[in-house]
Amino acid sequence: MKKNWPLWEVFVRSKNGLEHRHFGSLHAADADMALKNARDVYTRRSEGVSIWVVESKNIKASNPEHNGEMFEPAADKAYRHPTFYDLPDDVEHM
Amino acid sequence: MTNQNLIKYIYGIADNALILGQRISELCGHGPTLETDIAMTNIALDLLGQTRSYYQYIAELSKEDITEDDVAFLRKEREYLNVLLVEQPNTDFAHVITRQYFFDEFHFRFLEQLQESQNVNLQAIAKKSIKEVAYHRQFSRDWVKRLGDGTEVSHEKIQLAVSNLWPYTNELFMTTNDDVAAINSNHGIDVSGLKNDYFNQVAEVLNEATLKIPDLDFFQKGGKKGIHTEHMGFILSDLQYMQRTYPNMKW
Repeated sequence: MKKNWPLWEVFVRSKNGLEHRHFGSLHAADADMALKNARDVYTRRSEGVSIWVVESKNIKASNPEHNGEMFEPAADKAYRHPTFYDLPDDVEHM
Repeated sequence: MTNQNLIKYIYGIADNALILGQRISELCGHGPTLETDIAMTNIALDLLGQTRSYYQYIAELSKEDITEDDVAFLRKEREYLNVLLVEQPNTDFAHVITRQYFFDEFHFRFLEQLQESQNVNLQAIAKKSIKEVAYHRQFSRDWVKRLGDGTEVSHEKIQLAVSNLWPYTNELFMTTNDDVAAINSNHGIDVSGLKNDYFNQVAEVLNEATLKIPDLDFFQKGGKKGIHTEHMGFILSDLQYMQRTYPNMKW
């Protein structure tokens, strides 16, 4: 495994999209190569107009073992959703 | 310029793209990594797409009732007018990249000029293709530098590829009688005018890649007149197999 190029995560913004979305990952020797590889692997069917790459090791991920304390407490806090207000009739597009 | 001059002039352009595209296609599924494999296959597809545009135009110009497929698959070896460089084998990745780089640096300059052609069809094909080729050149140039200025092994391999392929560079800038006829009627462009700039740029990139330019004054030629190296027959037997075995077969 040591001989492999490092892994990179690829984020692509599509034509109509406002934000970059995670598309997948690939191997590359450095950032320049990662960008070119991402172009060749992930945008060959006109999927995007902008690419970000970041080396996977630079991403700090939450530990699935801690999902209990991380995410479950939010599950019964329905009042955090703005659904308890009466909207005036004049407010459109909500 | 006769119709025949123009057709042969276009063959001289299109056959380079067909044969190089075919050569790179042989690598599909065999690239050194998944990422480079897809990149090379993309380049092959770009080149075959460009070939189709030229061949469709040739079929239109021809007085016979032929299609782009007849043009691609049913000619004899001597009727293909590609340069010898593009038919050279995929010896290793270093050779693949060097062949690509030597061609791309030419191809880009060529299309840049072809955009100024008085022939609206050629002009349109050039305008569409040049963006593709700008990327090919960026890709191959980048890899020449990576391999040249990489490890001891990669340096040695690409230096060998540069030495082996160098004799095929000069033919890119030769003109045939059909070229001259096309140039004189403002349809074609004079490739000999691209030569100095090409070799300066190549020298700069090879230098940056810590590679030596071979000290040679003998260059190979013949492809533009239909006289090919021994590799060409093998390429054509692969390329033409389906149409020769099942004539008029369609997908």
